[in-house]
Amino acid sequence: MKILNQFKMELLARSSNESFSRVAVAAFVSQLDPTIEEISDIKTAVSEAVTNCIVHAYKEQLGYIYITVRILQGNKVSIKIKDKGCGIADIKQAMEPLFTTAGGERAGLGFAVMQSFMDKIYVKSQVGKGTTVIFHKQLKSR
Amino acid sequence: MQCRIESSGNIITAYLDGEIDHHTAKDVREKIDAQIMAQSPELLVLDFRDVTFMDSSGIGLVMGRYKQMQLLSGQLHISNLSPHIKKVMQLAGMDRLATIKN
Ligand SMILES: Nc1ncnc2c1ncn2[C@@H]1O[C@H](COP(=O)(O)OP(=O)(O)O)[C@@H](O)[C@H]1O
Ligand SMILES: [Mg+2]
Repeated sequence: MKILNQFKMELLARSSNESFSRVAVAAFVSQLDPTIEEISDIKTAVSEAVTNCIVHAYKEQLGYIYITVRILQGNKVSIKIKDKGCGIADIKQAMEPLFTTAGGERAGLGFAVMQSFMDKIYVKSQVGKGTTVIFHKQLKSR
Repeated sequence: MQCRIESSGNIITAYLDGEIDHHTAKDVREKIDAQIMAQSPELLVLDFRDVTFMDSSGIGLVMGRYKQMQLLSGQLHISNLSPHIKKVMQLAGMDRLATIKN
């Protein structure tokens, strides 16, 4: 698929970056003149994936989060969020609603939110190597 | 994220303001729980009028306060949800646990 525009960023997995990362992605996507709902959906999905890097992937150490946003032909957006953290042993189980390995007040609904707010989500992971989540979303043409 | 708390009689109302995510949820949780501990209310109202963003960390916050209120045999009301926040709440089934106003 033809790439019309692309943006990459790399940021430390600090919780104070959760807000910045979703706002930066939303600002880049705004060149497609998305609806308010589309922007909220994208911000929420990005926030979920970035939070997972911070809370789960790098829980014991401080690593980097790599984000690539692409504007594709036909008003499509693809967003890749990658970490080099602990990885996920069983992706299918991790994606089940309410499943969480963290205690506290994690709802276990991050993947459910990503799946419901994006058109497609791909998850690749290797234990000890890291995790990559890719979203696709078709925006309404205006 | 700001949180202003008003209490009158058996009711605590927490006015949330700003963005709720994993980074901001902790302070709000501590503030609300301190007030619940001090007062053992019958009703907790979480007012979302000025909340501009919420992800599933916000669901954790609401679910956790719902459990606190259940321990006190009290109730939780959630009010003034924007369409975006309503969508996140519904996905989590919060509308079946707490009373959503407006
Ligand atoms: N980037 C990641 N690295 C390692 N584990 C992850 C990652 N993302 C998700 N997980 C695992 O998948 C589980 C479910 O994630 P999620 O649905 O977002 O719920 P929550 O974050 O509330 O636990 C997490 O508890 C964690 O075990
Ligand atoms: Mg999560």
